[in-house]
Amino acid sequence: MSVQIKTIEYEPKRQTFGHVARRLGADKPASRYLEATLDVQPTVNFHYKPQWEPEFWHFDARKTAVVMEDWYKPLDPRQFYYATYNIARANMNQSVERSFAFADERGLIAKLSDDARSQIEHGLLPLRHLHWGANMNMTEICQRGYGTAVTAPCIFSAMDHLGMAQIVSRIGLALDGQTGVSLDMAKETWLNNPAWQGVRKLIEDSFVERDWFQLFVAQTLAVNGVILDLVYKHADAAWQEAGVTVAMLTEFMTDWRAEESRWSDSVIKTVAAESPENKALVSQWAKLWIDRAVEAAKPLSASLLGDNGAVAEAAGEATRKRALSLGLAL
Amino acid sequence: MTAKKLGLKQRYAHMTRGLDWETTYQPMDKVFPYDQFEGIKIKDWSAWEDPFRLTMDAYWKFQAEKERKLYAVLDAFAQNNGQASVSDGRYINTLKLFLTGVSPLEYQAHRGFAFTGRHLRGAGPRVAAQMQSLDELRHVQTQIHTISQYNKYFDGLSEFPHMHDRVWYLSVPKSFFDDARAAGPFEFMIAIGFAFEYVLTNLLFVPFMSGAAYNGDMSTVTFGFSAQSDESRHMTLGIEVIKFLLEQHPDNLPIVQKWVDKWFWRGFRVLGLVAMMMDYMLPKKVMSWKEAWEIYFTEGGGSLFQDLARYGIKVPKYADVATEAAEHISHQNWAVFYQYTHAAGFHTWMPDREHLDWLSEKYPNTFDKYYRPRWEMWAQAEKEGKRFYNMALPQLCQVCQIPMAYTEPGDPTTICFRETQFKGETYHFCSDGCKDIFDDEPEKYAQSWLPVHQIFQGNCGGPTVPDVLNWYRMNNGADNMDYAGSPDEKLWNEWHAKAAEAAG
Amino acid sequence: MAQIASLTLYHNDDARPIIEAILADNPGVRVMNLPGCVKLDSDGPLVINRASVEERLGRTWDPQEMHLVIISMAGHLDEDDDQFTVSWRH
Repeated sequence: MSVQIKTIEYEPKRQTFGHVARRLGADKPASRYLEATLDVQPTVNFHYKPQWEPEFWHFDARKTAVVMEDWYKPLDPRQFYYATYNIARANMNQSVERSFAFADERGLIAKLSDDARSQIEHGLLPLRHLHWGANMNMTEICQRGYGTAVTAPCIFSAMDHLGMAQIVSRIGLALDGQTGVSLDMAKETWLNNPAWQGVRKLIEDSFVERDWFQLFVAQTLAVNGVILDLVYKHADAAWQEAGVTVAMLTEFMTDWRAEESRWSDSVIKTVAAESPENKALVSQWAKLWIDRAVEAAKPLSASLLGDNGAVAEAAGEATRKRALSLGLAL
Repeated sequence: MTAKKLGLKQRYAHMTRGLDWETTYQPMDKVFPYDQFEGIKIKDWSAWEDPFRLTMDAYWKFQAEKERKLYAVLDAFAQNNGQASVSDGRYINTLKLFLTGVSPLEYQAHRGFAFTGRHLRGAGPRVAAQMQSLDELRHVQTQIHTISQYNKYFDGLSEFPHMHDRVWYLSVPKSFFDDARAAGPFEFMIAIGFAFEYVLTNLLFVPFMSGAAYNGDMSTVTFGFSAQSDESRHMTLGIEVIKFLLEQHPDNLPIVQKWVDKWFWRGFRVLGLVAMMMDYMLPKKVMSWKEAWEIYFTEGGGSLFQDLARYGIKVPKYADVATEAAEHISHQNWAVFYQYTHAAGFHTWMPDREHLDWLSEKYPNTFDKYYRPRWEMWAQAEKEGKRFYNMALPQLCQVCQIPMAYTEPGDPTTICFRETQFKGETYHFCSDGCKDIFDDEPEKYAQSWLPVHQIFQGNCGGPTVPDVLNWYRMNNGADNMDYAGSPDEKLWNEWHAKAAEAAG
Repeated sequence: MAQIASLTLYHNDDARPIIEAILADNPGVRVMNLPGCVKLDSDGPLVINRASVEERLGRTWDPQEMHLVIISMAGHLDEDDDQFTVSWRH
């Protein structure tokens, strides 16, 4: 016996939205990423100048000196929209949970030497404040930036930094028996210890940068490339016997950095490639902020690794190489 | 030894509080340049309370789970051609109004909360605002994904961002949000966080989404309720904001009251579009606008303002006018769109007998007296081939930007006009509420990009209706005009004829 | 006028044990069924006890899981590890 399923043909009248089709060059099926991103930001016919910045509209391409013919060129290679972003982070966070549970069960933190503890307290925990500063910067770029293609991943990045600040905080709570004492000490270190003052000044200076794309370069290329890589990537020796434990508990940061830089690098590359003027500006910003980040990182590197700042220099060199590979001229 | 487990409150405090610091290499006033000019006084930012206490790990976990569920429904909906299973083809018009009028507001909210999430000086409200910014991005993106399936088959959805920036009636919601975005960070929080999210959002989402459920639109009801679950966090932020400002300094009270009054009225005017959707555009109706107003404003808002009375906050000015207008607003709005159907990006129709009876029952004080006769007259004219179109461009209210069609409080037969002089020009308003808003900040509202003025000034593609429609990217004869005779109707009838045939 | 504390929840399998726990622990709650959701109104506080939900659910339940089933609310929220309450204080 044959079963006949009667079906009706539902012939689509169009495959995607008009603005998406125009960008694709044809009416063809578009990804959820593209439909959720392209042309989503209003562009014209605004009603009132912001009271807080009347020289611009609230969505205004003139808030940076770089000029793009189309701010939907710098797309996200990860193709993140809200759902894919959150699901990716929820998955990454499952490993975080497992790592903290493992470290707890095995007493990995409890049996650390005083030396290793104080190194983590001094060299790692204050990073929660740097992540908070990065969160402010990425939120700022989200609000001031132009075009959903660039600004939407910035709020993802901002929340990533908040999440990472909270992972660092958990390491502190694991160290201090859930009292928060280590976090208070880390704040004191962040505010007053000479090893951290260059980094704190760097991030505070970035807070007042008004050009949002310059801020993007400062944060994603220089701060992430020099300071975060210094601590998360090149400072294993600083944690002494806790090296593996720290690596395990900060795996999120390592994975995140590899993933996010694919996006942030490609944005910088695309914007610089737009015109010789853009290339000159972005190159100048990259040089300025990488140099400043290296200077800021040297005392930290010296204090953590006793290297007289050599590892900070090396992180700076790696970042300069990265900048060159993005088509910048330093 | 395993570490003791921290309670929710302590854990949140450790993981979020104390992350911020007083900057010293740059002055705090330069790092936070925007939180002084509105005159709001904050003595102690640390007094902020975060009732939900979500850390990012919990946020990602819950939100990812919600998204997995939502997209499973959207996929199933597409596979099963759910677009053909809604109650009636007319239903799609609510989605057109939603995608062109409401979804872009979610986007504006996303960017606006990023603004306050960066520029409020306290860490507590900043984290809450950032989460809301992220949530609002979720809302616009899930709405686009949900309605994308309908766009493949129905007209009026395809050019939603282009239309939002241009079309005459969409300047009503757009200017509403531009207004909030142009305001300082505290006013934004009261405008959107409190007045819109707390006082009015239930009127947008709950009845409308129940309407979607009732009309067989499972994808929309799923995104709607799923979005609304974030909304309960947002409402909590909204009420914390107002309490916080009022507790910080007595000088804040008059400023906050003025914002409450203004944003209640602004929100009420925008929600008139929802009123019309509920009473006229849902083929199967859940409740009337008037009933929704009673449940969610009179009752819900009543409890709220009773609670806020201890701070000296009063029920918003003109709340009584809005409550009286709940008897009229949906009918008056539908009348406008019916007359201007040639310039609307969705279809219109005159209610059938059953629908008229429902309206008579739901609006016993007003419908039979003021509106039913007009609808019956217009339906009769249609039958005689003399369908009524209004070809004169309407005068718009300078503040809410709605055509001047609302009636005087207490006198539903007289159109309400107000005007004011500013710098030698005359400005026109639909109500005392809108006039008060203008008079308080004339420089701001004199700037309004009024669609009708813009058409007259030649900024909208040309002087004729087809020129303007072309500029709107509104496909004449498909996107606009009555449902009867539209390509949507034709398609819907074909599907149902085939379905009947397939069913044997 | 009475101040009504209110919760609107999904009407689905995940929410059902929570709705049952609310009805059991908060006498006098009024129930309004709407398509797809249910609105629960109370003249006093509306309390969700973790223990009551767990009893009905047969597993551990974190009050933060409310985020998965809540649609709307009216009142001030107080949440900790053992309960989730909405109420008006004045």
